[in-house]
This record gives sequence, C-alpha cells and structure tokens, in this order.
Amino acid sequence: MQVPTIQGSPREAGATVRFPLPDARGRFGRFGGRYVPETLIPALDTLESAYLAARQDTGFMTEYAAALRDKVGRPSLLYLARNLTERLGGARVYLKREDLNHTGAHKINNTLGQALLARRMGKRRVIAETGAGQHGVATATAAALYGLECHVYMGEEDVRRQALNVYRMRLLGAEVVPVGSGTKTLKDATNEAIRDWVTNVRDTFYILGSVVGPHPYPMLVRDFQSVIGREVAAQLEAAEGRAVPDAIVACVGGGSNAIGIFAPFAYLGERRPRLVGVEAGGHGVASGMHAASISGGKTGVLHGSLMYLLSDAGGQISPPHSVSAGLDYPGVGPEHSYYAEHGIAEYVPVTDAEALDAFELLSRTEGIVPALESAHAVAHAIRLAPTMGKDQVLVVSLSGRGDKDVAEVLRLRSGAPLEPTGTAAAGEPTGSRVDGGKGAAA
Amino acid sequence: MSRIADAFARARADGRAAFVAYLTASYPDDERCLAAAEAVLRHADVLELGLPFSDPLGDGPVIQRASEAALAAGAGSERTLDLVRRLRARTSKPVLIMSYYNPIYCYPGGERAFVRAAKAAGADGLILPDLPPDEGAELIAAARAVDLDTVFLVAPTSTPERLRLVTAACRGFVYAVSVTGVTGARADVPAEVADLVNATKAVTDLPVAVGFGVGNRASAARVAQVADGVVVGSAIVSALGRGEDLGALAADLAAGCARTA
Repeated sequence: MQVPTIQGSPREAGATVRFPLPDARGRFGRFGGRYVPETLIPALDTLESAYLAARQDTGFMTEYAAALRDKVGRPSLLYLARNLTERLGGARVYLKREDLNHTGAHKINNTLGQALLARRMGKRRVIAETGAGQHGVATATAAALYGLECHVYMGEEDVRRQALNVYRMRLLGAEVVPVGSGTKTLKDATNEAIRDWVTNVRDTFYILGSVVGPHPYPMLVRDFQSVIGREVAAQLEAAEGRAVPDAIVACVGGGSNAIGIFAPFAYLGERRPRLVGVEAGGHGVASGMHAASISGGKTGVLHGSLMYLLSDAGGQISPPHSVSAGLDYPGVGPEHSYYAEHGIAEYVPVTDAEALDAFELLSRTEGIVPALESAHAVAHAIRLAPTMGKDQVLVVSLSGRGDKDVAEVLRLRSGAPLEPTGTAAAGEPTGSRVDGGKGAAA
Repeated sequence: MSRIADAFARARADGRAAFVAYLTASYPDDERCLAAAEAVLRHADVLELGLPFSDPLGDGPVIQRASEAALAAGAGSERTLDLVRRLRARTSKPVLIMSYYNPIYCYPGGERAFVRAAKAAGADGLILPDLPPDEGAELIAAARAVDLDTVFLVAPTSTPERLRLVTAACRGFVYAVSVTGVTGARADVPAEVADLVNATKAVTDLPVAVGFGVGNRASAARVAQVADGVVVGSAIVSALGRGEDLGALAADLAAGCARTA
C-alpha cells in the first residue's frame, strides 16, 4: 500500500494541514479499528463527531492553544545539548524539553485537549488509566482546572511503586482507584477504566492517555500531542534555518510522545527525516522480559485496537517488563504499528541497564535528570549521534522529567556507588533487577 | 435448522424462555467443568463455554477471577476445543464458544482456522463481545462457510441503525445486554430491558436472549416475561467456585425461565 503524503511545512502538519490517516474506518493501513463491546460503539461515534466539530471550531481551538500557552507553559524549549554533542562527537543533539511542561511531562498536552472536549460535550465526570502516574496527574490537573469529577485507575503494583504520584492525584482532588486484577499494572488499569466507561458511558468521558484504544482515540491523542513536532519544526527553522532535522528519536510505550514528535514529519515523503522509536528492551528482547511490542511482539488486538502486541501463542497477553513504568505496556499504538510495517519509522530496543546509564549520563553532562522513559531515547541517541556527521541534526524527545524516578534508581543502584557511564552495568550488585544489558556506548 | 435455532424454537413451543447457561472453560479444572456442564444442561437449553482470556474487559469480578484461575492452570484455546469435543459426545444440546477476539485472531492459521476447528469440535456458535460486526467481516464469512452461528450483542445504547446492523450479522439468536456495564449478577434487572428487546424484535425475526445481571429465579422470570432467552453466567460460575450443587441452582433458574416464579 502507498503511504500517503502531505504537502507544505511540518510546522502546519496536524494543525491547518490534516494528517492523511486514519481512514474513515479508523484504520492506519490494517491497524486500529474499534474492537470494543457494542455498548461503547455509539459513544465512540459521538466522541468522533464531537471532536471533528470541535477542531473545526475556532473558539475551541483558540481556547486549547491558550491552555497550552498559559497552563502548560508552551512552547517547550528546543535545547541544544552542547556538552552531550561534544561528548558524542557527531550530530548536533537537540532535546525537545517536554520535561519542562507543567506537571513534568508531555501528557498534559493531551489531557487539557480531552478535558476541554469533555466540557464541550457536557460530561461532568472523567476517568483515566495510569501506569507511572504521569497521565493520572495530568488528568487530575486538567480536571481540577475545569471543575470535573475525576477517577483514576491504577494497578496496585504501581500504586505501591509510585506512592508520591498517588498523593499528588489525591491532592488535586482525584479519586485513585487501585486495581488488583491480572498483573496489577497499566494494562489492568486500562481494562478497569474501560469497564467503568462501559458502565457509566452516558455521563462519563474517558481521557485515554496514549495513542492506543479504539478509534477515535489514537487520532485524538496524536492530534493533541502533535504540537510537539510542529514546535520542533518552527524552532529548528529559527535555530538551524531548516524545519526538518536529519533524525528524531523518541521512546515508545503506547507511543504518545513519539507520535507527537513524529507525526508532523512522518508523511513528508522524500523530505521525511529518519524516525527512530525506542522500545523498552527490559532485560533484553531475547530474555522475554521486555516491553518491546514491535521488536519482540506480533500483531493482535487489545484495548480496542489491532496493533503490535506481546501475546503468547494462544493469544493471551504476556506481562511486559520495563524498569520504566511508563513504557511497561504490552502493546504499541496502531499508527506506530503502521509506521513500522511501512518503514516510515524504525523501532529499536534499549535495555533497562542502558536506560539507567543514559539517565546518569544526561544528568552529569547537561544537568538534566530525565524520566526513565525518556532515558531510553537518550540511550539510543548516544548510539546514533556518533554515526552521524557534525553538520547533521538529531532531535531527542525528552518526554518527561526524572524526579519521579530518583527513588527507584537509588533503590536499583543501592549499595553500589554511581560508576562512570559505560561501566555501570558491570558494577551492578548481585541480585539487582537490572542485568543482561550492555553499558551505553558513550 | 441449527441446534441453536432449534433449541429456541422448542422453548418457544413449550411456552417458556430458553435458558442459556455460561461456564468458564477449564474452571475450576477440566473434569469439574465438564461435570458442571452436564449438571447444568439437565435444565438449560444452551451452553456458552467461555474460552478464558487474560484481559476480559467485558466481564465483572466473578468471571475475571474464574478466567485467571483457569489460565493459571493452563487453560486456553486447545483445551477449550477439547472440552467442546468431549461435551459433544455427551449432549445433543447446542454449545457456543464465548471469548475475546485476540485468542481467535492468534489461533494457528488465524480466525478461519479457529472457526473450522470450533465447528469440527462440535460447537454450534461463537460469541465475541469485543468484536462488533463492523470489524468481523472475515470471521462472519468464515463462520457462514462452515455453518457456525454468529451471535453479536445489542446494548441499551445501540441506536436503531446499529440494531439493524448488528442483528443482520447474527445467526442463532441476538444477545441483548440488559444494562450498560460488565457481566455479573445484580440485585435486579432494569425495566428498560423490555424496550431494548422490543426495539430489537422490531428489526429481526431472530430470538432475543437477555444477559448481564440475571442471577436468580426471580430475575430470570422477569426477563422471561419479555425475552426469548435468559443468559445466566456469573451466578453459576460463582456457585461452582463455592462448590455448591449446580443442579439445584439450574433447576431454579429453569423454573424462572418457564415463567413460573
């Protein structure tokens, strides 16, 4: 199948220039769709028409743009990482600083958009799923701003691991509902959020946090997050005199920050930069303990959408593993699945150990503590930049800040002093969860 | 006439609603599941056998827990098909497989192969609550080719247009969901269920069975007043989990279906 292209600058893609996919049936090629119980189908129809009307409505789009500016603090910086560039000795490395957004990650771009849509549709109650708690905090924040009742589903395991974010959500007025079924993590929280929505569909808006789920969610979340890529194009034009970099690297769990930064560049045809999605390789794809749905999975259906998925031969969902709770999801959005199948983007795994090394390296070289999710993207940039020319430009999506991960990294590195990058993996204490990976090739 | 259509026709001729019973395959294990099926089928007209899935997002806590327990003990597609085969050797009543789409999609050889295997094992129909007919063209074609009935769901939120679309894809019967929500016995079945059944019957000649929330003789009897069939799942699975006498429960539910509450 021919990949559709769009004309014009990526500065406009997703705004005045519409993305060519999904098609009318909510498909990106063969991926996507609406695999949900009948009860939800009419609600998805209503949501789709409400959104399509809203994005034609100047009043709505102006209010959303104002919210991104005044409540998130956009545009976020495009920061030339001089020390890292010098250390890697290749391409000029820019960091797209989503970590500087209000609430500390890219998630708020989407939750404000969906909360405004909920209000426009007259829904007073919103629900969300969350893994690490970032989407839950961003949803609770939007709900507080717009006076909506908010319930956040979170796996019991994540409630335990992310106690601080649980408190933040409660502080913001949300009710956090622990989920004890299945693996007690993000996928189960998503199941429970869908069960809530099936039950309360008439008065509830489901604020989904990633580019997954039934149509129109992958489109909705992509559109709201695509502000990241549009800003990159505009900022790069100012800084480098060119809107399109040579390569963009972003971490991929469900894939929302990656789609946000990729999509404005993905349909440029010949002008398209190299797009690299970095999946959570956990203990290594060969170990089976990972969350790399494209590198180590196959196609299947979960949470309403056909996509790459981790499931066993019998079609049961395999529990994912990643040191980063935000990437600890067994599927990857349908648009990424389409990009992978059609060579629009490439997807590579980075292990827990490599991500931890990159977490430390970025902290030391640039004074920026990245989220463990974003550290996966940094780890691949560390590999990629030295292979590129000094006149080339590499943009890394720094999707979130690492404050939330400091305690977990301390636990993982406990006993062992922080080693210089490249030897940390070898210095791992026996019994650590992180093993089998190689040190980052700095 | 399919076994399913036949079972509904016979119940109708007897002046009662058909009793459709649900069990999770391999729960608590294969042998006890089979024994439970036999006990229930002494009173029920149709059996739905649930092929357990790791992420049953349409199910409430009872069937979630039964699915988890069955999977932990190694349940799955092959063992479910094997149970259907063994049941078919013991009963002439219709058996449907109920599951979610991913185990069917991932079956070796794909959904066509699963449909053929289900038919060969002796199944009469297939219910996949997360596969609306809009996404089910391939599965429907495969099922038609081997004469396996396809049962889709209508819900209280279904528009008249969707009722037509969904019922047109159904064979055997139409499954009407009594409430917006997930499976599980509730205190009562809402009165509006009659509206959904009537709206559905206005667009199809197929029998309409009502499920979700029916858990005792009284609620079965109320549903039987308006519907052609009554589906009971969680209440039976829950009783099985507690080791209770399923024969007595099934007899009681059958009495409700016979509108003799």
